[in-house]
Amino acid sequence: MAWLLAILETLLFIGGAPLLAGWIKWLKCHLQNRKAPSLLQPYRNLFKLFGKQPVIAQHASWLFDAAPYVVFAATVLAATIVPLIAVHLPASAMADVIVLVGFFALARFFLVLAGMDIGTAFGGMGSSREMTISSLAEPAMLMAVFTLAMSASTTNLSTAIDFILDNGLVLRPSFIFALVALAMVAVAENGRIPVDNPATHLELTMIHEAMILEYSGRWLALIEWAGQIRLMVYAVLIANIFFPWGIAETSHFEALAFGGLAIFLKLALLAVALAVSETVIAKMRVFRYQEYLGFAYLLSLLGMLSHIILEAGS
Amino acid sequence: MKNALNANALPQPIHTDGRFRWLGEFLDELQKRGATVEERPAVTLAPARLVHAAREDWGRCAQTASLNGCRWAGVWAEDRGDTLLLTACLEKRGDYLLLRTSLPAEAPEVPSQTSYYPAADRPERHTRDLFGVHFTGRIDTRRWLRHQAWREEQYPLQKSFPVMGTPPAETAPDVDYPFLHAHGKSVYEIPVGPVHAGIIEPGHFRFQAVGETVLNLEERLGYVHKGIEKIAEGRTADGLARLAGRVSGDTTVAHAWAACMAMERAAGVEIPSRALALRALFAERERIVNHLWDIGGVCNDVAFTFAYQQFGRLRELWLRNNGRWFGHRLLMDCVVPGGVATDIAAEAASEMLKEAGALRGELEELFGILENNGSLQDRLVTAGALTPQVALALGCLGYVGRASGIAYDLRRDAPYAPYDKLTVSVPCLVQGDVAARVKVRVEEIRVAIDLLERLLIDLPQGAIRVPWTAPAPGAEGLGLVEGWRGEILSFVRFAESGRIDRYYPRDPSVMNWPALEKLILNNIVPDFPVCNKSINGSYSGHDL
Repeated sequence: MAWLLAILETLLFIGGAPLLAGWIKWLKCHLQNRKAPSLLQPYRNLFKLFGKQPVIAQHASWLFDAAPYVVFAATVLAATIVPLIAVHLPASAMADVIVLVGFFALARFFLVLAGMDIGTAFGGMGSSREMTISSLAEPAMLMAVFTLAMSASTTNLSTAIDFILDNGLVLRPSFIFALVALAMVAVAENGRIPVDNPATHLELTMIHEAMILEYSGRWLALIEWAGQIRLMVYAVLIANIFFPWGIAETSHFEALAFGGLAIFLKLALLAVALAVSETVIAKMRVFRYQEYLGFAYLLSLLGMLSHIILEAGS
Repeated sequence: MKNALNANALPQPIHTDGRFRWLGEFLDELQKRGATVEERPAVTLAPARLVHAAREDWGRCAQTASLNGCRWAGVWAEDRGDTLLLTACLEKRGDYLLLRTSLPAEAPEVPSQTSYYPAADRPERHTRDLFGVHFTGRIDTRRWLRHQAWREEQYPLQKSFPVMGTPPAETAPDVDYPFLHAHGKSVYEIPVGPVHAGIIEPGHFRFQAVGETVLNLEERLGYVHKGIEKIAEGRTADGLARLAGRVSGDTTVAHAWAACMAMERAAGVEIPSRALALRALFAERERIVNHLWDIGGVCNDVAFTFAYQQFGRLRELWLRNNGRWFGHRLLMDCVVPGGVATDIAAEAASEMLKEAGALRGELEELFGILENNGSLQDRLVTAGALTPQVALALGCLGYVGRASGIAYDLRRDAPYAPYDKLTVSVPCLVQGDVAARVKVRVEEIRVAIDLLERLLIDLPQGAIRVPWTAPAPGAEGLGLVEGWRGEILSFVRFAESGRIDRYYPRDPSVMNWPALEKLILNNIVPDFPVCNKSINGSYSGHDL
């Protein structure tokens, strides 16, 4: 039963991620006074891409073919670790948040290699920028996670959520720091404004898009889908770690239904925050990333310090 | 953004009486340097004046002109049978001087002017590729416009070359163009274009970069060479006006006006004052709509999509009104030889006044948002700075020049009707960065709306078009119009029975494209799109 639920949760991740992307797009369109495409448009796009024959560059190696599958698989595996509607599921008991970061790193590693595989200038440029960002973002993310781990005395997400639920609503300065840091990292890792612009057509400014410029057809669909799942994983991570209330602690149907509703609303609200921030700010200069991510790192560090100074004794 | 307010007060208008005071001294100095020059009467070329020079003095003339502070504004050739006429245009204080020399057709060789005017580089290569004029003393002898569509020893603008040309079945790819190379361990090369990921005109950009920093940028244009100059030959006046409106689609009014102005001056045709006012009205509408779109475009390139959508909305409403009132969204073919093709009804005029007022209100709100958005300003301020020295050396025009300290505007400094009766204020800044170019555009929209209202209020009554009378064969004329990108220069010579013998339109982009290569240096690669957009040169107007 528990395993069934775990599989169901993962399927919800895979199936729900395009809806979240569509919802963000819908919100952004309305914030810009435009008519929005249907919420189901991302599904239609994926369907369309899966039906298309991919075009492959002459110089592509096996790596180029394999990367989309690795990226998709690693992202789906990452999604299994994160509790969506219920805690205490076997998949999340097996792996902790460091494994989650590892899965994302694996996916990125292959995407970066694939970006350089063809040998175009844009692919290499995107790959080098992606590595620059991730080398700064990963420490910040791990640091934020460790701050949580120090409070909850675990790096397991399920247990950490339990700990927060048990303690009730306590104002912890360390959590606020970690929340902001994690949100900043999430924006950077998902290639959202102000770090990257997912909607741009300007090759020279691209990061994520530059790496996948040569992909088409079902491979592009897999990569885009993986990107949507990753965005949802980060959103769920933020929603369920910092605001876990509502998540199902038992596997009763009512609890699960309530958990589903809760995460649905939490994600919808998070998307509003993302859409508003993407509307009011422009993309920053490439060399500001280090300041931005350095700031995220600093916040997580402050979170950890404030935990040691203010909370550790209690 | 505070200094935008007193930007209008900065430049003082150049006095409009006492034209060409500098010319006598300039000619004296030329003769002192041993050059053979003489002024020839050229009534139809007025307000420009014509000076003939011996061909071996061509370079020396440029040297003296450069020392005298003249701006170099273009060069074009004409095939006159046994001889090739080569004409360069110089400008000082709003006075236009045409420098002309004749070259024997069998060996058209002339000293280059590029050493004195860097701006002459590509126009000379253009003339060489199309006429076979050999400019001596040039460092850069690479082809420019000729990709592989015609052979090296063929010169399409010679009269003997057939209009259809002799195109190969398949145009060979132009793969061996010798770009400048940089060597070194960490230098890498980024080829961009001519096919881009977005729907824009084709052009190739070759970057040499170290990390993200641009070491060098080289432009390779010519992908939209349409043979405008060749197909202009043999057209009627009406046909040429239509063609001129298609030199660059976003500048259709100004190019058609410049061509018509040149033809009307050549033919001595006087235009009714209502037609002149309407032409200016169209030109200002074109200026406003293009600046709106460009400001939105700059914002879009730094992912500030909100502003892009808002400016796009305003542009679309403006274009729809164009279509409603004048029958064409871009105002194509509204300017015709002898006047204008479409009149404006009294109720449309009052509606237009309301439209202008409404736009002003919306814009002030939007401009406020742009100015107060820190993340946007952070991207624009200091990005792609063009120093006044470089801008001056390259002879940059329009908002590119005006953002870098060159406060030149034909409408004020060499005014043509109806601007001679209007006060045009010219915004000018010195920072030369993307933010300054946006700010100048903002000011220009404000000025253009004011002009639009003035033109509408004082719209003269009367005819909008006079019958066209063909001028004598050989008659030539020069049209000078301030388009939204800057000064447009249009040369026209007539052949028998009112047909066109030669048409050369010089779009301001010709002078502004080289500036992009300079202002991007030491910027980072991902800032290129926004820098490029802030210049927004026309590929079509450049390639002809």
